Amino acid sequence: MPISIKAPMTREEAKKLRAGDSCLISGVIYTARDAAHKRLCELAEQGKELPLDVKDAVIYFVGPTPAKPGQAIGSAGPTTSYRMDAYSPTMIRLGQTGMIGKGKRNDEVIAAMKEHGAVYFGAIGGCGALLSKCIKNSEIVAYEDLGAEAIRRLEVEDFPVIVIIDAEGNNLYETGREAYLNTQK
Amino acid sequence: MRELSAQKITEAVKKLCIEANCHLPQDVKNCIETCRAQETWPQAQEILDRIKENYEIADAQDAPICQDTGMACVFVKVGQEVHIVGDLTEAIHEGVRQGYSEGFLRKSVVRDPLDRVNTKDNTPAMIYYDIVPGDKVEITVAPKGFGSENMSQIKMLKPSDGLQGVKDFILKVVEDAGPNPCPPIVVGVGIGGTVDKAALMAKQALLRPADSESPIPFYADLEKEMLEKINSLGIGPQGFGGKTTALAVNIEVCPTHIAGLPIAVNINCHVTRHQKEVL
Ligand code: SF4
Repeated sequence: MPISIKAPMTREEAKKLRAGDSCLISGVIYTARDAAHKRLCELAEQGKELPLDVKDAVIYFVGPTPAKPGQAIGSAGPTTSYRMDAYSPTMIRLGQTGMIGKGKRNDEVIAAMKEHGAVYFGAIGGCGALLSKCIKNSEIVAYEDLGAEAIRRLEVEDFPVIVIIDAEGNNLYETGREAYLNTQK
Repeated sequence: MRELSAQKITEAVKKLCIEANCHLPQDVKNCIETCRAQETWPQAQEILDRIKENYEIADAQDAPICQDTGMACVFVKVGQEVHIVGDLTEAIHEGVRQGYSEGFLRKSVVRDPLDRVNTKDNTPAMIYYDIVPGDKVEITVAPKGFGSENMSQIKMLKPSDGLQGVKDFILKVVEDAGPNPCPPIVVGVGIGGTVDKAALMAKQALLRPADSESPIPFYADLEKEMLEKINSLGIGPQGFGGKTTALAVNIEVCPTHIAGLPIAVNINCHVTRHQKEVL
């Protein structure tokens, strides 16, 4: 049975999740890709206020296709997360508790997740048409000039994800593969 | 000599951009279904079911299969007996421009690799021309996402590295890519030629139907062997474990220099898109 999660998500909730858990996220999440992360981290460095509330935030690494008339959003699946590795430790330090993306993360990100209590979720890459069904509302909150890379506030309902890396550093990319290969021996 | 207006080219490219991004080709669907039937790992089965559900939604609603609607790679075979009235290259860019805006596709191209300002219309397209006999023009549009493009690699092997070197390199590229290119993947391989030719062949290998095999028996066997080897790595759909790491391995070859053995591996994801029209 998938675990239901409310977003924003507290550190305590984040710490309860384990790599491999299937979850359904409902509530408010934000989108950001590398260009937006770069600007956010520059603001943070200068001690300026960020255009979104990072505390307890779940950030989805996605650049959606444009919405057709009558749609909340176009296709919206995850982008590869390692391009955010340079920025995620800062964001986690500032209060972010969840990341949604796909692909490997580096040691600095995992260290920050363990130190502060954050999780890395995976959404299925290449399933943007399906995932967009769980996004009920979308509005640009910053950096409209970045087009697909602008920061959006999304209202999601039962958005399906799997915990890839948990706040203890367990990694489904390692454990899942190993478990499967053990069945092949 | 047959005449063909550039306007017709623009219309075809526009249509192909939209079709390719919203409708997964049947050959890729066939591979996904075959792999689903052979997959034993429950989580992998579940992911392959979602992938199928996704392309069915895209089909039904003319929605982009994936939000990364790619860089438009356009392969054109121009018959030497046809005269194009107008600017052919500009007609192709214009088709991409119209297709990406009218089709609600994502504009993912920056004008310069370092200053990174978005061109806002997904141009320029990456265009490759071939002059062929006849009076037809064949256009293939293959939008290429960069999650998988970024996982591609090229290497100038030594002739002494031989067949083993080729096999090792293909496996290394797939292993390095791991979960990043949205597995299950399609692996395009170009062997021989020059450094640029190998890279181009690797991309052209991705245009070949995923459920086809090389017409050269030796390479057809190598494709089969490499698919089996890749699918025993255990990476699985999305990298969460399972058999289905790759849907297909397509290999293209070409003569090369006595001193060289170039090899390029172009990784594509399960959203391997290509649509063709003959004018
Ligand atoms: S790698 Fe392919 S499926 Fe994954 S996000 Fe890019 S285009 Fe989409």
